[in-house]
Parts: sequence; C-alpha cells; structure tokens
Amino acid sequence: MADQHTHDHLPAYARSLGIQVERIENELPVLTVDFGPNVEGRPGAFHGGATAGLLENAGYAALRSVLLKEGREPVLKPINITVQYLSAGKQKPTFALARVTRLGRRNANLSVEAWQDDRGRPIAAAVMNILMA
Amino acid sequence: MKRRRLQGSSAMSKDPSPAPARFDPAEAGKFFFRHGHSGWLGLRYSQHAENWVELKLPWREDLLGEPHSSVLASGPIVSLMDMASGMAIWQTTGIFLPIATLDLRVDYQRPAHEGTAVFGRVECYRTTRSAAFVRGVAHDGKIDDPVAHVAGVFMTIGQDPRSTDQPGSTVDG
Repeated sequence: MADQHTHDHLPAYARSLGIQVERIENELPVLTVDFGPNVEGRPGAFHGGATAGLLENAGYAALRSVLLKEGREPVLKPINITVQYLSAGKQKPTFALARVTRLGRRNANLSVEAWQDDRGRPIAAAVMNILMA
Repeated sequence: MKRRRLQGSSAMSKDPSPAPARFDPAEAGKFFFRHGHSGWLGLRYSQHAENWVELKLPWREDLLGEPHSSVLASGPIVSLMDMASGMAIWQTTGIFLPIATLDLRVDYQRPAHEGTAVFGRVECYRTTRSAAFVRGVAHDGKIDDPVAHVAGVFMTIGQDPRSTDQPGSTVDG
C-alpha cells in the first residue's frame, strides 16, 4: 500500500525523468532511475543534476511515508539541499534511500544516499531541510 | 559577446603556442543542450560576462513538482545551476576542461512563479590549481527577487596525474 501511495505521489518531474519506486525497505521507499539520455551528463556518466533530482525525490518520498504513518499530509516545501558527489555515476541503474534524521512540527532534516552496484560505496549523498506547511 | 581579458593568474596568454579557441558559452550551449540531461530539460543559453554565465530553463508541464500546482520542481533547478556553474567555470578560465562537482548547495527562497521560465546565473569567483568556487542565483525574471541561491565547489579532473584519486573523478567507466 505504501508502495502504490508513494508511486502515485511521485511528482511529474520524477516520473518524467524515469524515477520509480524500486521497493520499500523498513517502510521507506528506495527510488531508482535507469541510465539513459535523460540523465546523461558527461558522455557515459550521470549528470550531477539528475543525481540530485533522484536524491531529492528520495527525500520527499521518505518524508511522505513517515508523515503518512502519523496521519499527516502537509504540503512539502524545499528549504535547501546540499549534495556531495562522491564518484561518477556510471551507465547502470542508480538507487537512492533517505532517512528522516529529525522530524519536527514544521521542519524535517533528512540525509540521503545514492548508490549503484555497491551500497557501501555511495556515488552521492545529500542533506536536506524540508518545510511542512 | 564580451571577450575581455581575464583577471589574475588564470588569464590565458595569447602566445606563444597556438592556444585552443577560447571557451564560448553561447556556442558551447548549442552543442551541450542538444544532448543528454540538459537537452532533455530544454536548457538554453541566456547571457554571460567575464566570470558568469546565465542559462534559461523554460517552463514545462512535465517538470512540475507538487501535484495540483504549476510550480517547477526543485530538481530541475539544481540541474540548471549545476550546468550554469560548469559553464561559468569554463567561461572564467577560458578553457573547456573536464570538471567534477564536489559539492553543491541550493537554498530555496520561494517557489518560481507559475508558468514562467527560470534563469540560473552563476559566477565563478575563485579558481585555484585544482578547485573552482561558484555562487549564483536562480530567478524568474527579476534577479533582485531570487528563487534560490546556490554555492558550489568543483574540481578539475584529468589535468594532473595526481588527480586520479579525487572524488567524483572516476570517469574510467
């Protein structure tokens, strides 16, 4: 149920980019996007912006799941995101999962990681603040 | 467009060896924005000066963020600013060399107006031998009323043999 709900709530941008809910892990959605022209930056590598888009969407999706469990469905507004690029995203699917580090009444702090083959070696990480209005 | 002399030590000398053509953001845009993620987003060249480049992200329905609203998602704004950052670095140094984003921060001040294009203007305010520092704003027409502020650090890759262990630089596939 969380799966369908999460998928239905992916914004137009995420669906248009090809982002999908891959699975639910400990009640949190793992998002994925395949490599393709839509996400390509340097030839053969993910564009930093596409990677950031995946991280950001994983953040929103995780927060929505957590809020839904509490019976909350506020409008989410971005405050900020800081992305660290750790290694180039290669021509294979990329996954991302976020953790809600702290859930307040108006602000949520999240940390997100994106990886390819080896989850222990993330290709990018992000911290985000999201406003709940 | 303006092709003024660059300041400081990053200035390219016109001699002695035949230097490669100076990086031209307007020309480069024609190539960059035909392919890949930038092409998919529909990015366009807007304007540039000595150490900054401004790109345009046209409004498009399938780039919307929240359901039931006509506001651009924040993701494409990150892409816009990332691309403008790279081009600002090439514009400032005058040379098109591979670079990798190390760290990029975006602070969103307000949603972009419905149905309007967003412009990303990024300035490269400092370069060192291996790093380039950028800052900029995203706006939807009035630069004094920004949608977002951005700050980032990029690293040059492939220039120095010692640079192979740099983060974000594993282009080897």
